[in-house]
Amino acid sequence: MDQLDQIESKSIHILREAYYHFKNLGMLWSIGKDSTVLLWLARKAFFGHVPFPLIHIDTHYKIPEMIEYRDRLAWEWNLTMIYGQNEEALKAKTTFPDGNVDRITCCKHLKTEALRRTLSGEGKRYRFNHQTRQYNIDQNPEPFTGIIVGARADEEGSRSKERYFSPRTRENNWDVGDQPPEFWNQYKTDFAPGTHLRIHPLLDWTELNIWQYIQRENIPTVSLYFDQGEGKRFRSLGCYPCTFPITSQAQTVEEIIDELETGQLANIAERSGRAQDKEDGGGLESLRREGYM
Amino acid sequence: MNIVVVGHVDHGKSTIIGRLLAETKSLPEGKLEQVKLNCERNSKPFEYAFLLDALKDEQAQGITIDSARVFFHTDKRNYIIIDAPGHIEFLKNMISGAARAEAAFLVIDAAEGVQENSRRHGYMLAMLGIKQVAILVNKMDLVDYQEAIFLNIRKEYEDFLAQIDIHAKNFIPVSGREGDNLAETSEKMPWYQGQTALKVLDSFEKEKPALDKPFRMPVQDVYKFTAKGDNRRIVAGTVDSGKISVGDEVVFYPSGKKSHVKSIEGFACSPQDRTSAGYAMGFTLEEQIYITRGEIAAKTSEAQPENTSHLLVSLFWLGKKPLSKKKNYFLKLGTAKVTARLEEVHRVINASDLSSSDQQEKIQRHEVAECTLKLNQTIAFDKAEELAATSRFVIIDEYEICGGGIIRKGLKDKQSIIRDQVFLRNYKWEKSIISRENRSEKYNQRPTLILITGQKNVGKKSLAKSLESRLFADGKLVYFLGIGNVVYGIDADLKKNKEETQAKRQEHLRRLSEVAHILLDAGMILIVTAVELSQDDLSMIKISIDSEQIETVWVGDNVTTNLNYDIQVPSHDDSREVVEKLKEMLQERGIIFRP
Repeated sequence: MDQLDQIESKSIHILREAYYHFKNLGMLWSIGKDSTVLLWLARKAFFGHVPFPLIHIDTHYKIPEMIEYRDRLAWEWNLTMIYGQNEEALKAKTTFPDGNVDRITCCKHLKTEALRRTLSGEGKRYRFNHQTRQYNIDQNPEPFTGIIVGARADEEGSRSKERYFSPRTRENNWDVGDQPPEFWNQYKTDFAPGTHLRIHPLLDWTELNIWQYIQRENIPTVSLYFDQGEGKRFRSLGCYPCTFPITSQAQTVEEIIDELETGQLANIAERSGRAQDKEDGGGLESLRREGYM
Repeated sequence: MNIVVVGHVDHGKSTIIGRLLAETKSLPEGKLEQVKLNCERNSKPFEYAFLLDALKDEQAQGITIDSARVFFHTDKRNYIIIDAPGHIEFLKNMISGAARAEAAFLVIDAAEGVQENSRRHGYMLAMLGIKQVAILVNKMDLVDYQEAIFLNIRKEYEDFLAQIDIHAKNFIPVSGREGDNLAETSEKMPWYQGQTALKVLDSFEKEKPALDKPFRMPVQDVYKFTAKGDNRRIVAGTVDSGKISVGDEVVFYPSGKKSHVKSIEGFACSPQDRTSAGYAMGFTLEEQIYITRGEIAAKTSEAQPENTSHLLVSLFWLGKKPLSKKKNYFLKLGTAKVTARLEEVHRVINASDLSSSDQQEKIQRHEVAECTLKLNQTIAFDKAEELAATSRFVIIDEYEICGGGIIRKGLKDKQSIIRDQVFLRNYKWEKSIISRENRSEKYNQRPTLILITGQKNVGKKSLAKSLESRLFADGKLVYFLGIGNVVYGIDADLKKNKEETQAKRQEHLRRLSEVAHILLDAGMILIVTAVELSQDDLSMIKISIDSEQIETVWVGDNVTTNLNYDIQVPSHDDSREVVEKLKEMLQERGIIFRP
């Protein structure tokens, strides 16, 4: 049993615990490498099926290839695919690309608020129709009580303090100072009405593990992660107005693994291409407390 | 490898970790600068500890709130360092951190010496099963690097550890602030001939999965994704110990049901015919048996787990409210979850000095105790000395994990003999080719025992008969079993003296349950009445019958037992309304289906 086997088994165990305990369970899929590995692990855990919906928060500023990739996999893997967005903010143009608010406020509108409303059922949810391959408005407004998220502890400071099963209040708040204990594969799966849980099966994975696993399992990824000949590639994917590529000639998964293993990126934070992090005063903590993933 | 760093508050854990990160160049560039910049902004001198205290909250308070995970590497391998908080309020975070670790650094301040949490954390490491521990005697710079001070602390702490059966691999004199003996051998302590902290870290052995122990797999779930066109019925779980292969005979506890492994299932992997400890796996069975989450799978060819509802345990308590005898809790072991009560406290151990006191009624926060627990139903487990994973449990109070412990031994309970009989019955049970699902589909119902109970003369029997005829009219396969029909027939040999002894009632319930078990196996909905059924009676019945096959109805406003019934109805009322209410409940539970 190597290290990848170990973290794979732990993640699968956590996914099965989540599936058993939560009637209204969903998995956030950002289309990025981490949550796509998470999706793959769900297919492993449930022997080829994904018995809960995938939820994508579409900020409307995602790179178009990401949306194509999302819908292709939703179709091929027979996924229950749901997306939600903050239509009011987009209509009112209270976004950073429209030039009306700063980056952090834009994140709050298009991600945090969109997410909160999509999860609670207050906001419209769009569901992928496998017959027409179009999205229809979802009739089910029930709130999700368990959300599976692909956060990793090594990404930045506040994520290193997460639990595998992390309670949130009705308002999505996270009380960092008073978290439940977790030991011996026992998690907080009992919860009071009105609260919900975030479930983090990838907490122990590193960026290198993610790419090693993508290689081992041959998991499809978007081409944005690879250098297309211009000496640049994306290391972390987000909205195009706020995401910048890094300098790298890695064109394949093998080359990315090599880049990480040889320490070429050791002195650059993984999310260094994400402009909103810097504006949040070092770390995403204030965004995360309000529900940012 | 996961490493935890524990110790008393302010003994310098975070400083040591920060220093190790910086010296091994394990920090992303941004991190060091960011923290230095923050210090400058707040005109504070930079400290290595700040590297870890990434959260704003913590820097304000100056103490570590949670077990931050830090990724770190030496030439030999990668590590995750878990920085556990030393402040007593945060013991639960320390445990969360330490439980993930395979080895530990325990930090003691050379100037302050062994403190309460130095001992408490040592004891917790022992409970959590962490055997590889190195002691860092820190802040040697503050005591002029004197060997005598180091040796005193070493002697004192070694004596303590010996009492709890931990043997520290090394004692290392270090200074987090100056970097002595962490990555580089210190010139200031020529009297120390041992290895640096980093060398010791690299010498710890990776924990190996328990392959040579008996097979144990707590059943997490049984999957059948029929709606997605998949007819496999897969028993899923993570293997705690041992190995399993296709063709092995498996037995599930506490039910005692057995079958053979037909296939090991997986997705996007090459076909396999065996798997072992550590893997999250799934298998299908040759013979159709009905099992659910909470059972432990074992192999018939190996040592079997124990089964009882009465346990002698050691536990630590983290709850804000004490663990008391007057309250019901949940106990979770593996995937089983049962109601538990504290029956007796044998001794409470003060974890910080190992003194103990007897005759306590409650276990307070942060105390460690030996006690007996009484469960409302049987669970399967192993003794801590035999198999660690299946001896560990947690206790839930009001939605929160409030304590954890290990089972020292299983005690006899009054149902032990009956349980043994039921094991044998399940073990020898001749299975039909027709599965439970086949029958359910055919009869359009789930076999269920409906127990109608309450005080004498409240109209239980007439309600039972009305319900029977209503369900019969709906076309259900249903049968009302009058208690008299059992007492004067099957029970005829039980002494007919008036005296209602405990043993007689138990034997009566056992026989009734066995009859019910056969009728349920035939696919029937069975209605039985009984006077004042208690929770104890119900747990007796549950030895023979799966608990999800039982529904209980209390008749009358006067509830005279501790039974946790499923539904309550008024007395002397077998009207259409009440019968409809019961029918609705059966529909809600999926026992009968809506037309």
